[in-house]
Amino acid sequence: MDYCPHTTQDIIQMQAVIGVTSLDDLFADIPQKFRLKQIPNIPAALSEQQTVAVLSDLARKNKLPQLTLTGAGAYHHFIPAVVGHIISRAEFYTAYTPYQAEISQGILQAIYEYQTMIAHLTGTEIANASMYDGASAMAEAAVLCAKMSNRTKIIVAGSVHPEYRQVVRTYSWANGYTIAEIPYTASGQLDQAALQNELDNQVAAVLVQSPNFFGVIEDVASIVDVAHKKGALLIAGFTDGTALGILQPAGAVGADFVVGEGQSFGNPLNYGGPYLGIFAAREKFMRRIPGRLVGATVDKNGKRGFVLTLQTREQHIRREKATSNICSNEALCALAAGVYLAALGKNLRKLAEINIYKTQYLKNKLLQLKGWREVFTAPIYNEFVLRCPNPRLTNEKLKNEGIIGGYELQKYYPELENTLLFCATEMISKEDIDRVATILKSRV
Amino acid sequence: MDLIFEISKGGRNAVDVSASDVPSVKIEPVIDKKYLRAELDLPEVAEIDLIRHYTNLSRRNFGVDLGFYPLGSCTMKYNPKVNENVAALPGFTEMHPYVPAEFAQGNLQLIYEMQQYLCGIFGMAEFTLQPAAGAHGELTGIMMIKKYFENKDQKRRFILIPDTAHGTNPASGALCGFDTVTLRSNSEGGVDIEHLQSLMTEDVAALMLTNPNTLGLFERNIEKVAQIVHDKGGLLYGDGANANAFLGKTRPGDLGFDVIHLNLHKTFSTPHGGGGPGSGPVGVAAKLTDYLPIPRIVKKKQEYNWSDKFPDSIGRMRSFYGNFNVVVKAYTYIRSVGAEGLTRATEMAVLNANYIKEKLKPYFDLPYDRVCMHECVFSGKRQVAESGVHTTDIAKRLIDYGYHPPTVYFPLIVPEAIMIEPTETESKETLDAFCEAMIAIAAEAKENPDCVKNAPLTTPVSRLDEVLAARKPDVCWKKAD
Repeated sequence: MDYCPHTTQDIIQMQAVIGVTSLDDLFADIPQKFRLKQIPNIPAALSEQQTVAVLSDLARKNKLPQLTLTGAGAYHHFIPAVVGHIISRAEFYTAYTPYQAEISQGILQAIYEYQTMIAHLTGTEIANASMYDGASAMAEAAVLCAKMSNRTKIIVAGSVHPEYRQVVRTYSWANGYTIAEIPYTASGQLDQAALQNELDNQVAAVLVQSPNFFGVIEDVASIVDVAHKKGALLIAGFTDGTALGILQPAGAVGADFVVGEGQSFGNPLNYGGPYLGIFAAREKFMRRIPGRLVGATVDKNGKRGFVLTLQTREQHIRREKATSNICSNEALCALAAGVYLAALGKNLRKLAEINIYKTQYLKNKLLQLKGWREVFTAPIYNEFVLRCPNPRLTNEKLKNEGIIGGYELQKYYPELENTLLFCATEMISKEDIDRVATILKSRV
Repeated sequence: MDLIFEISKGGRNAVDVSASDVPSVKIEPVIDKKYLRAELDLPEVAEIDLIRHYTNLSRRNFGVDLGFYPLGSCTMKYNPKVNENVAALPGFTEMHPYVPAEFAQGNLQLIYEMQQYLCGIFGMAEFTLQPAAGAHGELTGIMMIKKYFENKDQKRRFILIPDTAHGTNPASGALCGFDTVTLRSNSEGGVDIEHLQSLMTEDVAALMLTNPNTLGLFERNIEKVAQIVHDKGGLLYGDGANANAFLGKTRPGDLGFDVIHLNLHKTFSTPHGGGGPGSGPVGVAAKLTDYLPIPRIVKKKQEYNWSDKFPDSIGRMRSFYGNFNVVVKAYTYIRSVGAEGLTRATEMAVLNANYIKEKLKPYFDLPYDRVCMHECVFSGKRQVAESGVHTTDIAKRLIDYGYHPPTVYFPLIVPEAIMIEPTETESKETLDAFCEAMIAIAAEAKENPDCVKNAPLTTPVSRLDEVLAARKPDVCWKKAD
């Protein structure tokens, strides 16, 4: 099938208007020797019914787990029905970037509302319209800090998500910046003494995450002080956005930037994407931050309306002097996040509490298993690290029952052998957790 | 319209959070009080009010499903509904990115095959689907170029960028530490070969070329251009924003491009979502495959897996594997239309652009009068001279006629530019009606210029004050004291 409505007659008439006799004449600028006869490697076209069958087969080749006990940067949360209904409206999803404000007030106002909710949640004054994901948001914040300060060193807590650290490393290498990683202590929090040692007048920014990759809540307030004393800016990430429903946001204790993954707010797991990068900052950075910003203004009759604003920051105006090259963002995911947050409202706190209940219940159940113990001592939100006799065998047992177990930390932390990172959200029932405990108690 | 905050009323909510089936615990013994937030000020609205709020907002938004959207360089083609349906299958949407590979063989096969298809369509050795959008793909591509020269121990400082390029090009170059140098266009709208020859030294890492360029014109001297760049050991980078112009007709890999990024949300029919999510795959020639971002997919016998064992890789560009669900839609599109459908899409897109160009030529200045590819670029200069009506006014007036305006004031080398990209999914009737509207506006500009200058007259707001928005920025709502 194809989606071109022209009849043969249409094509003939249009060719006559153009003054060509064949479609080939329109491609005369392509040198003959480079003309392609046929695209290789593409299977034959399908009817719509066949297309559905082929894609359904592929979807079925995946084995959907019954239960997932891994978070590690992507979180399984309930998505209220309203979210899907709103983002499925074609007025939203088939639109382009709202450059023509008069016919884009819908998405512009929705993003303005999203920016407001995010700024509040993160404890900052401003938020942009979204970045690609949590990792690239953190990397772009780091690059921005270096560019603003003319400093070339970036400090990253080792407890930040390993993939985020990799992305920060890639962006920093490309810009010629160096990276130093700070270890964590027995509490699972950043080692502040080590941070003190590493800080010098070349450090542009300190990057932490709270909750961090281990699920541990960092003492952001005191890290902010340490960083600021040496003139470094503080970039604080987070893991599961629902934590912001109950935890003191980093912006409220002085972080300069709060960046992180917004997937938890109404976006499905989708095997890793599309998600949305949350990017929030202090007001004084408004004219420097990357990405689109929606601003309120008035029209020629004095009516309130919304436009993309401060575009002189952006690549299409500033070109090589822009601090970021971002153009497309994740607008529809941000819309989903906005609808989600508006739908939950103050219930976001209750949801966060339920995540804590479930997590405590799971943790206590697992700690009853022989040889299992806690690794870190600092408080946690909905993820935690346990040491167990045999992580591989543990996950194998669960896998045989269709359950995705914990994340094996040894992949990125060789010193954390025999440990698993678990996550429990509101999607996991007591029955699920009891079943997991029963499975793990049994001998193979 | 009221803001969601303005309709909020304490005590309402749209979603009841499920009751907990595990014992509740006291929060403060678990989490120290200093880590807890004091207040949570989110909107409180009933479900019906929430739905009406966002539904009414949607009615103030224009999408492809509402009407013609000839936004140049953005390829606003129809977004097939079957793509949306299959991408919503739980097998795709409910999968956690860290499931063991054996749970995700369907996803991995889809990604692997998509890479193969793109290699076939564009003539590249390998593709990565990790970048989240076109500009992210650009950054990935330029980083690979940087790494390529680093590994050769060559310090090259410059990247050449034509004056017609998208703004993302110079920004991407600068973000990888390169200095960008502007390359002039010739009188035909193509690369000024002499200027290229004078700029191309062994200090130049790459030329970033959009072909066809943003004037909608195919680079006739592409072979020569590639040769000049390659002779000095440089690389040729392709901005694939305009790939809809040549599917099945020619391949960047055959033309000499070493790296190319695509926009699945342009060429391969995935919806743009009001500004994203997109997806920006990057294809490379054989000499650059070692530098692709990690992780990469590997196939052993019939089994797929992720691997990050590529020591020369530039590293990772984002978390996980890319905008997978967008890739599902683009894969679905390629499978449903097949090779012939892709070729036909290009033929019809080019036919439509040339048809509009011929129909409007008598009424608007056409700075480069030759056969165009998938888009054509007019100038509003004549209207400015005759009646003081600017391109902005024409664009705003088109809104009153029910159309999304074309891209305006881009490319920068055309004064008062009007860049029209009709795409292949529009019927002759739609194109004819659009041309009649443009012709009517040209007449209005002469006879009643004020009506054009005051447009749009039919929208809830008109001509927003952008200067005020930038001078006194208000990007977050605050409660009135």
